[in-house]
Amino acid sequence: MLNEHAKLISFFSHCKEVVGRKRLQKMIYILKKCNFPFSERYQFHFYGPYSEELTLRVEELTNLGFLSESKEKKSGYYQYRYGLTDEGKKFLNHYDFQLDNIDGIIEKMNGESSRFLELVSTMMYFEGMTKEDVEEKVLTVKSKQNYTQDELEKAWDFIGQVKRAN
Amino acid sequence: MAYRDEQLNEEKVFKDPVHRYVHVRDKVIWDLIGTPEFQRLRRIKQLGTSFFTFHGAEHSRFNHSLGVYEIIRRIVENFRGHADWNDEERLLCLSAALLHDLGHGPFSHSFEKVFNLDHEDYTRDIILGDTAVNRILQRVGDDFPQKVADVIGKTYANKLVISLISSQIDADRMDYLQRDAYFTGVSYGHFDMERILRVMRPLDDQVVIKASGMHAVEDYIMSRYQMYWQVYFHPVTRSSEVILSKILHRAMHLYKGDYQFTLEPHHFVSFFDENPSLEDYLKLDESVVMYYFQIWKDEKDPILSDLCNRFVNRHLFKYIEFNPNHQFGQWMELHKLFTEAGIDPDYYLEVDSSSDLPYDFYRPGEDEERLPIHLMMQNGDLKELSRQSEIVEAISGKKRTDHKLYYAADFIEGLSDDSEIKKRILEILEG
Repeated sequence: MLNEHAKLISFFSHCKEVVGRKRLQKMIYILKKCNFPFSERYQFHFYGPYSEELTLRVEELTNLGFLSESKEKKSGYYQYRYGLTDEGKKFLNHYDFQLDNIDGIIEKMNGESSRFLELVSTMMYFEGMTKEDVEEKVLTVKSKQNYTQDELEKAWDFIGQVKRAN
Repeated sequence: MAYRDEQLNEEKVFKDPVHRYVHVRDKVIWDLIGTPEFQRLRRIKQLGTSFFTFHGAEHSRFNHSLGVYEIIRRIVENFRGHADWNDEERLLCLSAALLHDLGHGPFSHSFEKVFNLDHEDYTRDIILGDTAVNRILQRVGDDFPQKVADVIGKTYANKLVISLISSQIDADRMDYLQRDAYFTGVSYGHFDMERILRVMRPLDDQVVIKASGMHAVEDYIMSRYQMYWQVYFHPVTRSSEVILSKILHRAMHLYKGDYQFTLEPHHFVSFFDENPSLEDYLKLDESVVMYYFQIWKDEKDPILSDLCNRFVNRHLFKYIEFNPNHQFGQWMELHKLFTEAGIDPDYYLEVDSSSDLPYDFYRPGEDEERLPIHLMMQNGDLKELSRQSEIVEAISGKKRTDHKLYYAADFIEGLSDDSEIKKRILEILEG
């Protein structure tokens, strides 16, 4: 029961807190692309890979009391902060699976901005194309973000590192 | 004349219960409708197993795809002449609208979950692969199939084109809400689409709604909310989806255990082996799946046979509300009791959550999470819908999740009345 939910709870047990829904979306996507066993289905949206399933599952976990959610007002928009509750920790005790090697990748992602994670996840979305084609595609679908060549290079390095880490 | 500009000598019309008529004038669109890949959509139901709950819900993805095409045809007609609209994109929009669901498989949602497939991948593969659809799109231009695939995959450069087919107020949703309401017979799902189409405006890279049309959009959001709870999340439909998934899991389990099926499941083999080709995928429609279920009713394996009987004869699982947090202990106990009673809990006990279903609610979202619906105020400013509409704001904040426990009630009833196991199971299930 709720195996897929439990994997998300396990993720939160490793990263303690996630600030921003967009950030959460991109983190799970990047982990998924690094072969961590998350099953949430992603599609491409205006702001990169997005999973409605993940959004709803997190809402369920919040309603069940396994995750805490607080809403903070930012200039012109709201930002959501998520953390694991004691109930969530208790629930996780019923499950026996490990997300090995995830800590290092989470730490790396935590050190980066949401804008950067958006770039990385978008590049990973076009995995399978040549490097030149990925860059061209990213600059086309993300034209408003004005990503620089330096950022693209940094993102390639980042992808190489997180993929090697698992 | 270039193929892309070719018009039929006479306009073709399809009678349609939702839009009255679907009009086709472009030769390309007419040819696409005639392809085997598009005709296959006649054999894929739009609402999967909902017909078990709403007997009218037998409409197909073919109907819906034509409906989305017709809405887009009207929108681009209205957009003609607007500064932010490039009419060169017209045929691309029409083709993408028509083909947007091309990759759906039989009972697509459950099927995709069990076999870990994604219909969007198949839509792209059909458009770009060795198919009749691809050959027609190629005649328009070498890069045209890729453009159509990019629009449907939401990675096309012009986001305005994407948002017509896929956004929080798009032709896809406007068609399926009305169509599903019509065929299920419910009185929700109706809204003034004509009004919405009149107040839609292309602006930069998105579609916005003139503020004067806010109430029509409120109605659309309300319809969407009601349809989710009353039709899409209906617990009886979910029960049939649970059984369908269990059948597919059981058949795969048996196949992998070298079970000898009475009828070799040729159409499923590559799915069980997790490497279906595009050809395999296109061959497996709902008629074929139902044929196998009919045959499997008489299989020697008692679980596969029982589950298929349940599905074919609508002998569904019962359900109760369930809170996985507060009732986790009961879940563990039920699992144990079912096993002791000889009822395999892997096939006859299941918790189903709303996130197991593919439908979504309107989400105002936070910054850059998902593009919301924007109203264009009289002074040209854009405002997010829920900031202007109290009705939408109220719905957006509502709890939208639930969990149900499904079980084979008849098996429990069949246990001896003296059985302590039966008494305890009923105690838990009946509270």
